[in-house]
Amino acid sequence: MFYREAGDFKTSYREDSQTFPIKFDRLRFYAVLAVAYGVIPLLINDYWANAVFVPFLIYSIAAIGLNILVGYAGQVSLGTGGFMAVGAYACYKLMTAFPEVSIFVHVLIAGGITAAVGVLFGLPSLRIKGFYLAVATLAAQFFLVWLFNKVPWFYNYSASGQINAPDRTIFGVFVTGAQTSAMAKYMFCLVMLTLVAVVARNLTRGTVGRKWMAIRDMDIAAEIIGVNPLTTKITAFAVSSFFIGIAGALFFSVYLGAAEVGEAFGIQKSFLILFMVIIGGLGSIFGSFAGAAFLVLLPVLLKNLLVGTLGWPTDLAAHIELMIVGALIVIFLIAEPHGLAQLWRVAKEKLRLWPFPH
Amino acid sequence: MNAMTEGYMTADGRKIGGVLMELKNITLRFGGVVAIKDISFDIRDGEIRAIIGPNGAGKSSMLNVISGFYTPTEGSVWFKGYQRGPMRPYQVAQLGIARTFQNIALFDGMSVLDNIMTGRLTLMKSGLLSQALWWGGAAHEEDEHREKVEKIIDFLEIQNIRKTPVGRLPYGLKKRVELARALAAEPKMLLLDEPMAGMNVEEKEDMCRFILDLNDEFGTTIVLIEHDMGVVMDLSDRVVVMDYGKKIGDGPPDEVRNNQDVIDAYLGVSHD
Repeated sequence: MFYREAGDFKTSYREDSQTFPIKFDRLRFYAVLAVAYGVIPLLINDYWANAVFVPFLIYSIAAIGLNILVGYAGQVSLGTGGFMAVGAYACYKLMTAFPEVSIFVHVLIAGGITAAVGVLFGLPSLRIKGFYLAVATLAAQFFLVWLFNKVPWFYNYSASGQINAPDRTIFGVFVTGAQTSAMAKYMFCLVMLTLVAVVARNLTRGTVGRKWMAIRDMDIAAEIIGVNPLTTKITAFAVSSFFIGIAGALFFSVYLGAAEVGEAFGIQKSFLILFMVIIGGLGSIFGSFAGAAFLVLLPVLLKNLLVGTLGWPTDLAAHIELMIVGALIVIFLIAEPHGLAQLWRVAKEKLRLWPFPH
Repeated sequence: MNAMTEGYMTADGRKIGGVLMELKNITLRFGGVVAIKDISFDIRDGEIRAIIGPNGAGKSSMLNVISGFYTPTEGSVWFKGYQRGPMRPYQVAQLGIARTFQNIALFDGMSVLDNIMTGRLTLMKSGLLSQALWWGGAAHEEDEHREKVEKIIDFLEIQNIRKTPVGRLPYGLKKRVELARALAAEPKMLLLDEPMAGMNVEEKEDMCRFILDLNDEFGTTIVLIEHDMGVVMDLSDRVVVMDYGKKIGDGPPDEVRNNQDVIDAYLGVSHD
């Protein structure tokens, strides 16, 4: 009834190729933005920020980054955790070396440094594909974690081997360190996520995105059409790592506050973000959000249900929770291998005709 | 060399220009297998040039040499009067040579529109930063190229499927989209590898009409491989006939039709 294209005439190509061509979609998008910026910051408390919103926002950034590489450019990567660690350690080194520079700038530069490292580890993708490339990026994961453990310069020779985020402010409000309010954490991550999502959407709808997808769908044909595989794959690695680096920097400085590389950025993190991308939907920005929400919310939800409502012992609940999440992922992938984004698309297509079947 | 020799008039009154591409003594070997043996011919500006021959004659290899995907083992390729060195395929695309494939090579995950837009990649210049911000340059360029692509969509009569993912289309339409993608690059020379394979009569007629129209309207030089002799004899201005990697005939359709070697190759006589 309300979700219709009829009567919505496009008079320019720009209007036709906008992100939300259907008016209802557009309105809903503005509503979500308004709630995210106007309502949630007023209601948020420490529990909601730390358990739900901040990890969701940061993982969304990382998932968008990985989705560009895996979903759009078709290059498998298992090095996400390692690249997040690069972002985190770059951010830490910058924060301690240049305390007077804004943390916002540091986070962006940390992304840039990660992009450079990503390009370096992306070079093998010119020669190897698929599983073999996955193994090569796995090497990046282990090498980077080892590097940050073994070279004391990276953690400023601290005795514990940990890195601790010093207090930093934006416009006089603490965004890192112990005094940070839930709202500040949330807003900082939200702004970064918005920027990342807009840039990702712009890149994927234009020439660069088409080059990525052409390489993903059929690399030989892409090359004959005039796509340079070298620059295309390298830009995919660079952009992807840039976003993942930002996610890593935020994860350490805003969310954790203190981090030890093997624990915070181990191989589990790589898999977690890859699962988000697969469950959310490969090659979809919305899918990155959906996947991150699914894997952040599900454990919280289960924990509340098992411990809070049913009163199970915490340790039992923790183990059951792992099993349930695992089983759900398997069931989900059998039922809808193209992820949440595909479910969403199907729902929207159905809604266009609803309530009339034809 | 004197590349620009004089052209000729075709039977239906089109003027054919000078030599656009000249292939000189091309030999192509894969290990011990000789795919192409010492073949020379030229392709003139604005011409429809067919390459025919029985299966395994080396036609597709020849097309790959022309498109730059294979570098010939011996011999040289001259394009627009310059000798072409070994190149990467994407560099050839930038010279203005586009092609379609025997087995459709579209990007299944992308819409028809996006597929055709990829054909214009070599013509789009906006940088990464401009696209990331979608400000001025990139958005403007996108609109400009979209307009050109829409003209091709109109020309090939595929307006109603422009937003459909290519993976969902039937075979005949995929072939047409592939032609559209090749055309989008505004090529000087278009290589078609079996454009009518697996089509029914109407689809073949449509495709013939498109090929003649685009040759006529845009002046595109066309090199095609095709097994349907009726189509080849009707469409092409000159025909190269290959058999076992050798050239056994070259000339206008009527002349080739009466060539004894060609008849032998198609009807089959014992090779000594």
